[in-house]
Amino acid sequence: MTRGSAPSDAAQASGDARSTRLRDRLSAALAPCDIDIVDDSHLHAGHAGARHGGHYSVTIVAAVFAGKNLLERHRIVYAAVGDLMNTDIHALSIKALTPHEASAVSQLL
Amino acid sequence: MDVMEFIKKQVEENPVVIFMKGTPDFPQCGFSARSSQALAACGEEFAYVNIFEFPEVHRNLPSFSNWPTFPQVFIGGQLIGGCDITLEMYQRGELQTLVKEAVAKAGGAATAKQ
Repeated sequence: MTRGSAPSDAAQASGDARSTRLRDRLSAALAPCDIDIVDDSHLHAGHAGARHGGHYSVTIVAAVFAGKNLLERHRIVYAAVGDLMNTDIHALSIKALTPHEASAVSQLL
Repeated sequence: MDVMEFIKKQVEENPVVIFMKGTPDFPQCGFSARSSQALAACGEEFAYVNIFEFPEVHRNLPSFSNWPTFPQVFIGGQLIGGCDITLEMYQRGELQTLVKEAVAKAGGAATAKQ
């Protein structure tokens, strides 16, 4: 390893650990059928909030969202993520679907 | 004024208000920029609070609204959500309806800017 590459490897490792913690929290709380996490942190490198945590986009398919409006679904996700919102995560973009909605979306694609 | 009272006043007295990073003209965060653009596209005036100018609001709004991130959009005194929800509702045409109804009910547009 060259000296120059060390910081970015370290940043990558901490980012992976954060993604894993996020996935663990969501999986434990929501019993999702499907979960996809994209780390968008590199898009925000250098902006003020990026020092305090990463930017993530999550798509979660879970039965628990049935009968809930968008606000309620996002609150469920934030509650599951818990204190990671104060430490690991600066911004979380959320797409929360029921299994029924997810299958309707996949038929369109 | 107590910060919680200040927040409550903004939410109750403005039919549409966004608590954002920066201003609609000079947003300092992409999520705040997109959300305020969606509100502007609804064609009514809306109020905004730049949370960088009001650090107490920045600290206390999440516990007021039980919502951890910014921006936060309130219409008709109710939290609508952050950037994802605001944009999704705009794409469905629901945001426009909600904004127009709230402004009409309040008897005119919100003009108070903070």
